[in-house]
Formats: sequence, structure tokens, C-alpha cells
Amino acid sequence: MLKQTPLNQTHRDMGARMVDFGGWDMPVNYGSQIEEHHQVRRAAGMFDVCHMLVVDVTGSGIREFLQYLLANNVDKLKEPGKALYSCMLNPAGGVIDDLIVYFMREDWFRIVVNAGTADKDVAWMEQQLAARAPQLTIQPRRDLAMIAVQGPQAREKVWQAIPAARAATEFLKPFQAAEFDQYFIGRTGYTGEDGFEIMLPVSEAAGLWKTLNTLGVAPIGLGARDTLRLEAGMNLYGQDMDEDVNPLEAGLAWTVELASPRDFIGKPALLAKTVKMQMLGLVLLDKGVLRGHQKVVTSHGAGEITSGSFSPTLNLSIAFARLPLAVAVGDVVQVEIRDKLHNAKVVKLPFARNGKALI
Amino acid sequence: MSIPSDLKYTKSHEWTRLEADGTVTVGITHHAQELLGDMVYVETPAVGRQLAAGEECAVVESVKAASDVYAPLAGEVIAVNAEVVDAPEKINQDAYAAWMFKIKPGNPADLDGLLAAAAYQALVESEAH
Repeated sequence: MLKQTPLNQTHRDMGARMVDFGGWDMPVNYGSQIEEHHQVRRAAGMFDVCHMLVVDVTGSGIREFLQYLLANNVDKLKEPGKALYSCMLNPAGGVIDDLIVYFMREDWFRIVVNAGTADKDVAWMEQQLAARAPQLTIQPRRDLAMIAVQGPQAREKVWQAIPAARAATEFLKPFQAAEFDQYFIGRTGYTGEDGFEIMLPVSEAAGLWKTLNTLGVAPIGLGARDTLRLEAGMNLYGQDMDEDVNPLEAGLAWTVELASPRDFIGKPALLAKTVKMQMLGLVLLDKGVLRGHQKVVTSHGAGEITSGSFSPTLNLSIAFARLPLAVAVGDVVQVEIRDKLHNAKVVKLPFARNGKALI
Repeated sequence: MSIPSDLKYTKSHEWTRLEADGTVTVGITHHAQELLGDMVYVETPAVGRQLAAGEECAVVESVKAASDVYAPLAGEVIAVNAEVVDAPEKINQDAYAAWMFKIKPGNPADLDGLLAAAAYQALVESEAH
């Protein structure tokens, strides 16, 4: 039996094609995935992200605990509402999950984790907490729904749908959140566009979804969510990194804070490893479509594509690839597609941001 | 409407049309394009290639996934549709107009082994459950 979000019936009513996404019955598109992609880059679209899990951590001494639990350093979070993207590593330095942590008060931090890893994440957090900070409480918030509204018009549409949101969120900087009434709104997302992620009570989700739709915000399925995040150079857990992947070889070095003397889970293992690979972008120069697990042939050794698809913004195929360190931006490498080698150019990530192609 | 009664079908979601000159035109069904979503790449077989029935001979790729296309029956490829190679979205627009290749069957009676519209309809419905 697939799990359903509070918006399940609403998706069906809007003509969504539903698929099994890691045990959740989710909309993959509502017609054309390419049109949905453009809608987000050009105007505004909304995503059901209720399958992701909100976890509240409360008590005294959270900051110290999270500095140990997470590879990025929550000490960077000074202002209430500020958010940080981080990996949670295992002792071997592999990635248990990637997440966003919001600092609300010294006795309340909010974490949002991936759907597929949610149970594992909570179990891991509880285990660490029992050992190091038993005074803290971890509370999964399945009572909260989450809707992401993304695109150049996203914030304006949200303010029309929730008039009280304007005053509360107008001055939020990227990666900052505010709580008011029954809402928690962060200026975050997974598309490379401006916008909000809105947490609200489950009972309010369908109402907000329909109001936004009336205002011209198109529903966007997981298909376009994938091409948007790929263009934006954002990793997908389970594809671009997992428990067997070193984050320093997955384009996540910027999220692993190694400069301070603090200890964190996975740090000794990371420091003991030699980084041999790097994550870079590929643009296919021939016809075809790059896909995950395709082999990459370079003059410095073999690599592999971790995520690949067709980019609606660039109108050609793009990918993330794990490549030997000596490969440089601008090099031409070859990708094996159905036993044939095709030329691809190595590029810097991201491919697109804020409606514009960067390649 | 999405399963024309004058065509014959395969279990792997190709449609075939017997032309007046005895050749057979092949494409993928409306149902197949709906499952795959927006098409972005089509690879057709080489003209002159001899196909065995059920052989992988073409590829369609949507944004979402790649899918093989199989020869519905044995024969020689006598034409391919360059238009769908240039504009794969034509398959989404009208799967039965956007043919992929034409075969000169080795044995025209092989067509009898393919599914009629009603049988294909039943197959699509059974896969939906």
C-alpha cells in the first residue's frame, strides 16, 4: 500500500499521472513535464513535498549536539530563522542523508529530511541523541504538510494567497524562514528559482493548493522537479550520493565544514581519505540523453554519470558526473550510451539559475 | 479513440499498419507515449537492416526514461521517418501519425499473430491494475 500525502486526491482531480516514488503515491506530471519545467523558470509552480519529513529538535544544548551530528557547522546560524544545508554522515564518512536545518531559537531547531530516508534518519538522530544529549527531544511532524512554490512570481503569488504572509516574509533573505499564525515559510527550494517552502497544518494543505492554482500557480510533478534541480546543480540523495559516497567526491565539499576544530560524526574518516574524484557537469555534444550510471571515458581514467536527463532550458542533454580529479572544465570526454561513445563537454555547475542558462 | 481499430498492436506497445503496397508501418502507441511522457530523442534502424521479430531495433527517450522499440515482425527496413528524429515531440502530439519505420515483411502472414485493437485495449487495461 503506497503512502499518500494530504494532497493525493487533489492531484488526481487535477489530472496528475501518479507513480510510486519510494513508497509514496506521487504526481510525476499533470500533462507535459517540459511545460511544467518552463512554468517554474518563467512564472510560478507549486510542488507537493509533504512526503518529506519535518523534524523538530527542542531542549537545551541543541547547537552543540547538531555541531556534532552534522557535517556543516550550525554555528554559521546566528540570526533566528536562518537555514543551513548539510549532510548527516555515518562514522565512515558516507552520507546518511542531506537536509536543511533551520535555527529558530536556542531551544528549537527544525530539520527537513528526505522522504525515502526519513525513518532511518530519525532512528539515527535518536540513537546519537540518547548517547550525547538525552535532555533533547526529537519530534517528527507528520501533522505538517509542505508545499513549495517556486519561480520568479512565486513570492508574489504566495502573498496574494496568504495576505498575512507579506509582512511576515517580505524581508526574508534566501535561506531564511519565518513563523506566523499556523505557517512556517522558508525562502528555500530545489529548483534554482526564488520562492518559498510553506509548512502548514495538514488540514489546510488542499485549500492553499487550490487557492494558489486559482491565482495561476501551476501544479508541478516530480518529473519537472528532477530536471529543475539538475539544471540548478543540486544533488539528489540516493542518486548523486549515498552511504557509500564521500561527500567530498560528490560536489558537497562546500557543505562540509572542516576548518573549525570541532569534532563531528564522519570527520576522522573524511580526513583519512584521499579525494580522487570530483563532481562536474556534462553537456552532451551529440544527440541522445545522458542517464545515471552511464560510463564516462576520459584521458585520466573512468568516471560515471550520477544523474542525467534532458534540460528543457538548454534544449540538450545534461548530467552530473563523478570524474577523476585531473579532468578539467572545458575538456571533452566520452559517454557510453548503448555501447556507443558520444562526446560530452565538461562544464561547471550549475547549468541554469533564475530563469537563465549559464552554459 | 486512442486505440484505432484499423491497426494491429504488440504486447510491447508498438502499432502496425498494413499499407496497400504490402509494407508495414510501425510506431509506438498513444498509451506508450503517455507512460513515457515528453519525448526528446528517437533513434531509428538503418534502412536495409533485416529485422527478426521481437528484435530491439529503435529507441525512444523521453525526459524521464529510455525505452526500446521492438520489431513487430520479421522483415527488411525500407524507410524511416526523419521527421520524428528531428522532432520527437510529434509522437506525443499524435502517436499514430508519427510513424518510426516501415518494414517489408518476410512473411505477410506474420501480421495475423499481432493483437487486434480489442485485445490491445484489454492488455492496456490489465496493466493499469
